[in-house]
Amino acid sequence: MRDFVWFIPLLPLASSVLLMIASSRLTRRSVALLGVGSVGLAAVLTGAVALEFLSDSTPVEVTLWTWMKIDSLAPRISFYIDGLTLVMMCVITGVGFLIHLFSSEFMQDDDSYARYFAYLNMFIAAMLILVLADNLLLLYLGWEGVGVCSYLLVGFWYRDSANGRAARKAFIVTRIGDTAMLIGLLLLLTELGTLNIRTLMQVASEQWSIGDSLPTIACLLLLGGAIGKSAQFPLHTWLPDAMAGPTPVSALIHAATMVTAGVYLIARTHDLFLLSPSAMHTVAFIGIATSLMAAGTALVQSDIKRILAYSTISQIGYMFLALGVGAWTAGVFHLMTHAFFKALLFLGSGAIIHCLHHEHNIFKMGGLRTRMPITFWSFLIGSAALAALPMTAGFFSKDLILLQAYQRPDFGPWLWGAGLLGALITAIYSFRLVFIVFFGDAKTEPDREIGWQMALPLTVLCALSIIGGYFSLPLADVFPLVNAEHPPHWVEIISISVPLLGVFLAYIGFYGQRPRIDSWTKTPLVQRVGQFLRSGWRLDEVFDRIAVKPYYNLANALQNEPIDRFYEAIVRLNQAIHRHLSATQSGRMRWYITSMMVGLIATLGVAMKIAPGAI
Amino acid sequence: MVMLNLLLILLAGGFLALLCERIDKSLPRIVALAVIIAALIYLITSISGLSALNALQASTPSDPSSWFMHFKTPWIPAFGIHIELALDGISLLMILLTLLLGAVAVSASWTDIQYRQGVFEANLLWTLAGVLGVFMALDLFLFFLFWEIMLIPMYFMIAIWGHENRGYAAMKFFIFTQASGLLMLVAILALVAVNREVTGVYTFSYFDLLQTKMDETTAYWLMLGFFISFVVKLPGFPFHTWLPDAHTQAPTAGSVILAGILLKTGAYGLIRFAVPLFPDASMHFAPVAMLLGIVGIIYGAIAALSQTDFKRLVAYSSVSHMGFILLGVYAWNTLALQGAIMQMIAHGFSTAALFMIAGALQERLHTRDMREMGGLWQQMPRMGAVAMFFIIAALGLPGLGNFVAEFLILLGVFQINEWMAVAGAMGLITGAVYSLILMQRSFQGQPNTHSDKLPLADFGPREMLTMSLMMIALIALGLYPQPILDVSQTALGGLLDSTALGITQ
Amino acid sequence: MQELVVPLNHVLLVSTLLFCIGMLGLMIRRNIIFILMSLEVMLNASALAFIAAGAHWGQPDGQVMFMLILSVAAAEVAVGLGLVLQVQRRFKTLDMDDADRMRG
Repeated sequence: MRDFVWFIPLLPLASSVLLMIASSRLTRRSVALLGVGSVGLAAVLTGAVALEFLSDSTPVEVTLWTWMKIDSLAPRISFYIDGLTLVMMCVITGVGFLIHLFSSEFMQDDDSYARYFAYLNMFIAAMLILVLADNLLLLYLGWEGVGVCSYLLVGFWYRDSANGRAARKAFIVTRIGDTAMLIGLLLLLTELGTLNIRTLMQVASEQWSIGDSLPTIACLLLLGGAIGKSAQFPLHTWLPDAMAGPTPVSALIHAATMVTAGVYLIARTHDLFLLSPSAMHTVAFIGIATSLMAAGTALVQSDIKRILAYSTISQIGYMFLALGVGAWTAGVFHLMTHAFFKALLFLGSGAIIHCLHHEHNIFKMGGLRTRMPITFWSFLIGSAALAALPMTAGFFSKDLILLQAYQRPDFGPWLWGAGLLGALITAIYSFRLVFIVFFGDAKTEPDREIGWQMALPLTVLCALSIIGGYFSLPLADVFPLVNAEHPPHWVEIISISVPLLGVFLAYIGFYGQRPRIDSWTKTPLVQRVGQFLRSGWRLDEVFDRIAVKPYYNLANALQNEPIDRFYEAIVRLNQAIHRHLSATQSGRMRWYITSMMVGLIATLGVAMKIAPGAI
Repeated sequence: MVMLNLLLILLAGGFLALLCERIDKSLPRIVALAVIIAALIYLITSISGLSALNALQASTPSDPSSWFMHFKTPWIPAFGIHIELALDGISLLMILLTLLLGAVAVSASWTDIQYRQGVFEANLLWTLAGVLGVFMALDLFLFFLFWEIMLIPMYFMIAIWGHENRGYAAMKFFIFTQASGLLMLVAILALVAVNREVTGVYTFSYFDLLQTKMDETTAYWLMLGFFISFVVKLPGFPFHTWLPDAHTQAPTAGSVILAGILLKTGAYGLIRFAVPLFPDASMHFAPVAMLLGIVGIIYGAIAALSQTDFKRLVAYSSVSHMGFILLGVYAWNTLALQGAIMQMIAHGFSTAALFMIAGALQERLHTRDMREMGGLWQQMPRMGAVAMFFIIAALGLPGLGNFVAEFLILLGVFQINEWMAVAGAMGLITGAVYSLILMQRSFQGQPNTHSDKLPLADFGPREMLTMSLMMIALIALGLYPQPILDVSQTALGGLLDSTALGITQ
Repeated sequence: MQELVVPLNHVLLVSTLLFCIGMLGLMIRRNIIFILMSLEVMLNASALAFIAAGAHWGQPDGQVMFMLILSVAAAEVAVGLGLVLQVQRRFKTLDMDDADRMRG
């Protein structure tokens, strides 16, 4: 079984190619069967591999062929499975399968059903290659592959130019990070001579010592790729716009899998990051800053998907915080639980959007608790997990992150405090969403209830969002042990109670007629702050002014080829000479004769002057 | 002899195509395709028996007997001019690319050319013959002859079958390449003269001239003569301005040949002549050349963004991609040179395909203006998907040939100078910007009222076959480039040994 | 044969004078007839110089050259008059300044 792991990414890839080639000849039913079935089969195979791994946890390595070999450069197309990869694979194929199933109903009215599944399958294949890769170059292949699939799926409804713009923004902003990562790869390859992750980590630990500048540069370059893909400050601005894609896509790519690739990358190369404390600090600070910033923005959004998008940015910020403080297992654990509950929330919002004629504005929803009970319960459980209420999956993982942050020497308690503040805001905005959408008066009537293909994934994800916290991940061999010293009890008590406080605040503020919050939000200061937050801290505007506009202006300046002005000047010079010379060609014989005579006499004169004897 | 036959097949095929136009209008293209395929088969059967190739035996640049093939017969003995043709790994790859893209070009001209098909196909075949000659000629006089020969039929292709502004474009193309070609002729003659002063015999043979000793200033000036000539053809910044006009105005098949093959003769010239003949001068000049490459990468990419003409945008993208080649060649190490050769091949396919798409759009919409396109995916999903594939290839998606090329170039350059590599890597970002804009403006977005009314036919079987061949080629190059790398390594190894520039930072 | 009474220099002077007159006519006249006549004067001026020189040195070459010039002049007149007819027919004038189609 283990030698055939390459079959797992191949299945969705083959299905994707088949769907592209034969899209016009397949019925909708067979498209769905192929699209969903291939991922389902991949999930089953992953499960089999996982079971085998639990009994015998030696890492698996499968080499297919050597990609290219020039001198000492010899990256292979080669897969490597250890605990970390396996966790990622389970998330990708498991959650991926559920989302595919959900999509088969969600997209049933769309014209491009086959194209949708082709892209979605290709994404799964690329994401699997990303996590399976045993060298950074193959990882980069998957990394760019998921980027392209994300581009294709965000711009899936291509007839609307706004979607195209969002897709381009997503691709180009992440490409900026990817390019940094590629430069990091070049640096590692030049300095250490290999891209094989295990060899690389080993050589790095041998050649470099803690605090050298080269590992810091390398880590920061890799981090550039990570923050681009994982939508961390300052490259996070693409994610809220990426919500232009179909909602299951947002659930799969922009919540559960692709955006956590950055977390995976850092976890995968943690030995390198351990060599550079300053890079670790950068990771932690970017994480916590992004987390707070995005949570604040999520608090004031009115588009249901944008709330979830900012929430995703914020939660990935927590994962970065975990990585930055060396809590590798906690980070990956939160990655997994987040994949469960955020996919659940996105699919729930997808169900709402599906049933409410593509309505995104939460203030036009309301009272859906009785009308869409399945969706309500899944949303409630998802929000509880997001807010990290006790006994949910999110609680375990987030608690672990906060406690380990607290134990961090020097500024640990500060990180903990900031993380708590974030947790408070998270609880407020997630229950704000629940109270506004599901309670109060109905403003739009749903036109249908969801079918089994949508209900089943929601149910399974609900279960996972609760029991996910009790999973124990096979990561002991992958990451170094962290000190298990227990923090004081009051720290734990505060950590548990803050989310509850948040839910309470949300209840006061947003349940029912909301008289208190309404009068308060009318004040000009709050209005202005709200405006600032809603625009995502005006970052889009800033980037527009410092990067996008100048770039376009430059492009427009080059449109008519300024270099040609130089060549045109040569042409004009020639033309001027031509004009003057051709003026002598008057067509009058007398003029020709006279000039001949004058020329002859002048020539003879000159000749006599120079060589009198010759004539 | 094989090489001479190859040239004769194409030249004679041209006359055949010319003649059979009288019998039937559609015959010339069939003849042209048959001739190219025959040449391809002939080449493959003749090289498959070569033991040197099968054993991937490395060749030494100065020793023709170590090359895959070598042919030499006197032509003008008084001046030491021979008909000397030779084939090593690099030329072999270039010739295969030329013939493959030649077939693609014939396919592109299938329905596009409605006037004097016979003359067109003849010009096409003669251009191919000239290009093949350039890739094989190792006598500098003969090389110059072929360099000029490939120019003239190309000029006619643009000037006669081109689009609205063809006269201007053809003239600009001709003057740029001709002027730079004469510069090279002067450099060749000076090189021969310098060599005669030392050895006392006239010789134009590459193998003899490689060992020419000369003082630094002379070498520098002669190197510049070759460099400018090749960089105009490449084209590198700031000599690129003929390219957007020529590519835009040429008929589709002409654009395919121009972008796919003709540009590569410049890169080939740099690798074969400009650097090995003047290693020391090239070493001093390398930073300037690499800087020009970087400027080309960025400049081409930014200029591409604001173009409204589909073909012009693709043309500027070529400027950007050729910048990578210039950057890679002057890094002059195995990785970068392998990358440069890979880039020549991959860019040949991806750009040829994009020009074919542009041609197909022009045929259907009668415009190349992207402001009159938009939302074409709806009506032509197959063409849209194909365009998406090649645009993604052009922006360097790993797994496709262009990525391997750019990665190897950047890696090679990084080992010479990190900052140059970082600056070159910016091309990956700028490349993404213009590529996606191209897709957006033509195939995505709101359908244009103009194009929405026309009944647009999607890609037919002939077009899909051509496109799928190129797609498979790019995927193969991207996932298993080893055969190509091995073949070019046979030539590069010796080249690097004998002309170690020793550029270090 | 009697000694030449007129000194060679005088004849050459006359010939030069004739040549200059012809050339001046060529330069300032616009009528094609007068241009042809001026040409004739110039030809004869050179012929005179040849005759004088031949007589001076007592050699026949000068007279041979004179015969040559005579025949050239005859041919020239034939072609020239043909051109005059064509010019008259095309331009309805004999003014050569109007026949300036070759101007740049």
